[in-house]
Amino acid sequence: MHFLEKIGITLLIIAFTFFTLSLGLGSYQLTEDSLKISNEYHKKEVLSVAEETGLLNQEYDSRPAFITDFKNVLKASTKNLEAKAADGLPEGVNEWDFKMGDWTYKDYTMYTVKHSTTGMVANNPFLFLLLTFILGAIGVIIHSIPKFMGIAGIKNNHIYQSAMTRGLTLSVRSIMLTATIFGVLVYGIFYLKGNFMWSLITLVVMALITYLVFVKENEKEPDHNPPKSASPDALGWLGLVTGIYLIGFYILLYWSPAYITNWMLITDPVSKMLSGNEASQWFVYGFLYTIVMLVMGLRMIGKYRHNQYQILRTISVIFFQTVFAFTLPEILVRLNYPYYDFKNIWPLNYTFFFDWNLNQLIDSGGLGIFMLVWGIVLVIIGVPLITYFFGKRWYCSWVCGCGGLAETLGDPYRQLSDKSLRAWKFERYIIHGVLVFAVVMTALVLYSYFTGSSNVLFLNSDTVRSWYGFLIGSAFAGVVGTGFYPLMGNRTWCRFGCPLAAYLGLVQRFKSRFRITTNGGQCISCGNCSTYCEMGIDVRAYAQKGQNIVRSSCVGCGVCAAVCPRGVLRLENGSADISSRTTELKTIHITEDQIKLLS
Amino acid sequence: MHIAIIGNGISGVTAARFIRKMSDHRITMISAETDYFFSRTALMYIYMGHMRFEDTQPYEPWFWKKNRIDLLKGYVEKIDTDNKELHFRENLSSLKYDKLIIATGSKSNKFGWPGQDLKNVGGLYSYQDLEAMEAASADGINRAIIVGGGLIGIEMAEMFHTRHIPVTFLVRENSYWNNILPAEESQMVNRHIREHGFDLKLETELKEIVDDGTGKVKAVVTNKGETIECKYVGLTAGVSPNIDFLKDSNIETKRGVLVNEYLETNVSDVYAIGDCSEHRNPVEGRRPIEAIWYTGRMMGETLAHTICQQKTKYDPGVWFNSAKFLDIEYQVYGDVQAKMPENYQAIYWEHRDGRKSIRIIYEKDTKVIKGFNLMGVRYRHEVCEKWLKEKTNIETVLKDLSLANFDPEFYKEYEAEVLAIYNQQNGTNLQLKKKRSWNQVFTFLSS
Ligand SMILES: Cc1cc2nc3c(=O)[nH]c(=O)nc-3n(C[C@H](O)[C@H](O)[C@H](O)COP(=O)(O)OP(=O)(O)OC[C@H]3O[C@@H](n4cnc5c(N)ncnc54)[C@H](O)[C@@H]3O)c2cc1C
Ligand code: SF4
Ligand code: SF4
Repeated sequence: MHFLEKIGITLLIIAFTFFTLSLGLGSYQLTEDSLKISNEYHKKEVLSVAEETGLLNQEYDSRPAFITDFKNVLKASTKNLEAKAADGLPEGVNEWDFKMGDWTYKDYTMYTVKHSTTGMVANNPFLFLLLTFILGAIGVIIHSIPKFMGIAGIKNNHIYQSAMTRGLTLSVRSIMLTATIFGVLVYGIFYLKGNFMWSLITLVVMALITYLVFVKENEKEPDHNPPKSASPDALGWLGLVTGIYLIGFYILLYWSPAYITNWMLITDPVSKMLSGNEASQWFVYGFLYTIVMLVMGLRMIGKYRHNQYQILRTISVIFFQTVFAFTLPEILVRLNYPYYDFKNIWPLNYTFFFDWNLNQLIDSGGLGIFMLVWGIVLVIIGVPLITYFFGKRWYCSWVCGCGGLAETLGDPYRQLSDKSLRAWKFERYIIHGVLVFAVVMTALVLYSYFTGSSNVLFLNSDTVRSWYGFLIGSAFAGVVGTGFYPLMGNRTWCRFGCPLAAYLGLVQRFKSRFRITTNGGQCISCGNCSTYCEMGIDVRAYAQKGQNIVRSSCVGCGVCAAVCPRGVLRLENGSADISSRTTELKTIHITEDQIKLLS
Repeated sequence: MHIAIIGNGISGVTAARFIRKMSDHRITMISAETDYFFSRTALMYIYMGHMRFEDTQPYEPWFWKKNRIDLLKGYVEKIDTDNKELHFRENLSSLKYDKLIIATGSKSNKFGWPGQDLKNVGGLYSYQDLEAMEAASADGINRAIIVGGGLIGIEMAEMFHTRHIPVTFLVRENSYWNNILPAEESQMVNRHIREHGFDLKLETELKEIVDDGTGKVKAVVTNKGETIECKYVGLTAGVSPNIDFLKDSNIETKRGVLVNEYLETNVSDVYAIGDCSEHRNPVEGRRPIEAIWYTGRMMGETLAHTICQQKTKYDPGVWFNSAKFLDIEYQVYGDVQAKMPENYQAIYWEHRDGRKSIRIIYEKDTKVIKGFNLMGVRYRHEVCEKWLKEKTNIETVLKDLSLANFDPEFYKEYEAEVLAIYNQQNGTNLQLKKKRSWNQVFTFLSS
């Protein structure tokens, strides 16, 4: 290891330690000021219950204890308000403004905990900003410097020898995946307040897909694991630790943000500078996301500094993340416009057609209407048209934030995608299933929007949409999508889950000028291309036959072409042969006429 | 009909695949090396940690079952062509065949050096060679000596280099691979080898490998009398057909198994393809033994046609090859020789960084295009091949040269600079006529 790499790693580990430990620093005391509830009736009630139970002004050292007690106060307050409402509402007050539903708990708790915190982190946000985000970023940058030194070229040395990037054995991977799926489904029952129907339906659908993949496969495999599955012989324990850390991060972020309020305190100064508002968990996430993409993007550029295509598209994703996904929405909020990410397209942006979003856009004057029209035009015209010209890569590896993170933070893990035929079958069922789910969910939501009725047939559009948000929007895109980088590769979400990728992919497969061409007979079947294809495409299977690669999942990252030691692959747009892109071309070299003459 | 194939390398596998495409014959593929076909061209990437062994296998295990290609692990010791039977070294019962394909590949050359059979001395050809390298590396290697400046030698040197093992590279010639590469390209590789920090010793030959007393290598002695301490010696002075087991059979061999243009041996129903075959009457301009991946694949495909009632002559077409010297990719199309014939003329362009070059060769009098030699730049096979096949005029080629460029998008294109050199040499004023684009290429290729 280069000494700069050692320094970089050390700094990164220090930053991570501070980042993680900062969550536990401080003590907690509920005061009238720190109780962050905007609703007057709720606040009054909570305050009086808190006083009764002795929570008010009591100092806690333990965050979980504080959160538990505070939640109990919220529950008691809800009951009290319920009883009071039954006795009669105050003059001119809406029942729903008066009563306190449990959907309010998450925000009430999070902001209250945040403001009730005292101690090191709360008093020194700048110091901690320096010790965590900034120190970590510097660490990664220093670590990446050697990538800019020496002779440029493909340097994938030791990837399968490193405990960080070699992946996990099939058994560990299966355990992780099963545990995550069951964890999500069980938690989902709580999430829907005891409604277990949706967890059950999801389980049945997954069982069905598994059945279809396994039973219908005629690939009765012999003695051992399929060789192209992404399981190495040895356990990549560092990868495992990283994966667990990431999964934990997403669980806290989505479902227990009250535990990460110290990170919000740390980023408060930045948030106030940008939007004028205090930081929420989403600001923390966006800020972290952007920094990670910046520094890991730099690493990517160093790694591929001989490759213009990689450099340009990395700069592009960094640009779209920093400007369109991170800064612009904050500024819009500062200017009292709706929070809007111009490049986030439905159905990836699944909340676009939700009533609150539509209402907000419609109520925001000219710009709001523009945003609404822009979003719809992108879906209906933008996606098919641009994809026709350039393939789905224009979005997936040049613009998208999820793709951007995968290509920067996820680059060290791209080889872990599973290339087996079986994985491809899973992929097609699951990703198209998610697309159908997204379309149905949105249709139901729009139906409710226009008719005002939540119930369509036997379905409740509110439940469907919150299940989508929970299962796909949070669990799949976040917990599995990023948490599984070290386990199943960096494009797990893009490959198996993203409904927009499915849509783009259909266009790419059936009507696009894009394809990867192969260089005649030059392929030596070495397998570099397949190994480093993050979408798990067995590129070699096409290349060794001299066939074009036209696959709906190809995100056009260009890495297959970059790592090919024989210069066999080229990403290409062209309309001349658009209808015959996939024809099984040339067998290797005997001319057709010769065979015909002789037979 | 039962077709037995000895060897599960690219030649045997390609033959099997195409026979299956065209027929329902029973196919048995035999190999002693590995259970499944893998790409030996990728052996280096396993050692360097780019790939796992599984990743070098182009087909998943179910593929063989699904295509009804029976795999048999065993070493064929004897071929009884009279009874059409194979006999194995292992305790396997003999195997009857109707037609036999010999595709047993190559083995590393050993030229009788003292100590060549010591431990930690070996070539790089088989999976077992790789295992030996791994085992030696686990013991610790203070220095590795690579003997022979060919394509495998440089790969082996790179492999050790990634494990931070110092490499000394003994090359008999006065410049790397200069019996194949033209002088400038050869020197480019010399420079590149040295800038990677290898100890490149030109005009140096191995004389002796010294035993450390326990049967392992301790040092080598060169023809210049120098003794270099080392714990590994890589023998990469070429390969030769792996046909020792045929000695007592009726099959006629010279250096390789002798075959005619239909890949038939002297014994009927016995064929040979790939590295192990030697052509009695090679196609004009080609060598009798061409131990490379692509020819093995073409022979396999050709033979499959012959066996499936479409008798086809082996015609490898326009010569092409490719390799990678550390970070420099190399591609060649057509007739590019180390010593250019008198009646040929070359256009040679080299990039300022000294790691890219384009060489285009044509015939002086007729101006017919003869060959392309590329370092660090990719050219499109089909385009170059079409020009070469159609004996295109060099000026036409140059004006359309952008069609051949196969570098990734946004890469700088150097065709104009190549053209400028020609203009300067000939006092012409040619301009690039076409831009690089798939549509143009497609139109050109289908014209
Ligand atoms: C490290 C390396 C890199 C290379 N790189 C390139 C490159 O970049 N480009 C290129 O064109 N070429 C390259 N080559 C050469 C290329 O790999 C060979 O030309 C090709 O593999 C030959 O294929 P084949 O099918 O003829 O034989 P092989 O692949 O050698 O297959 C023969 C098989 O038969 C088995 N066998 C032999 N005898 C018996 C027996 N008696 N009984 C049972 N089984 C037997 C062997 O064990 C072996 O598995 C490279 C070779 C090596 C070693
Ligand atoms: S096929 Fe190539 S360009 Fe497409 S996703 Fe895979 S590696 Fe990227
Ligand atoms: S296309 Fe390139 S990387 Fe892929 S198998 Fe062929 S030679 Fe290897």
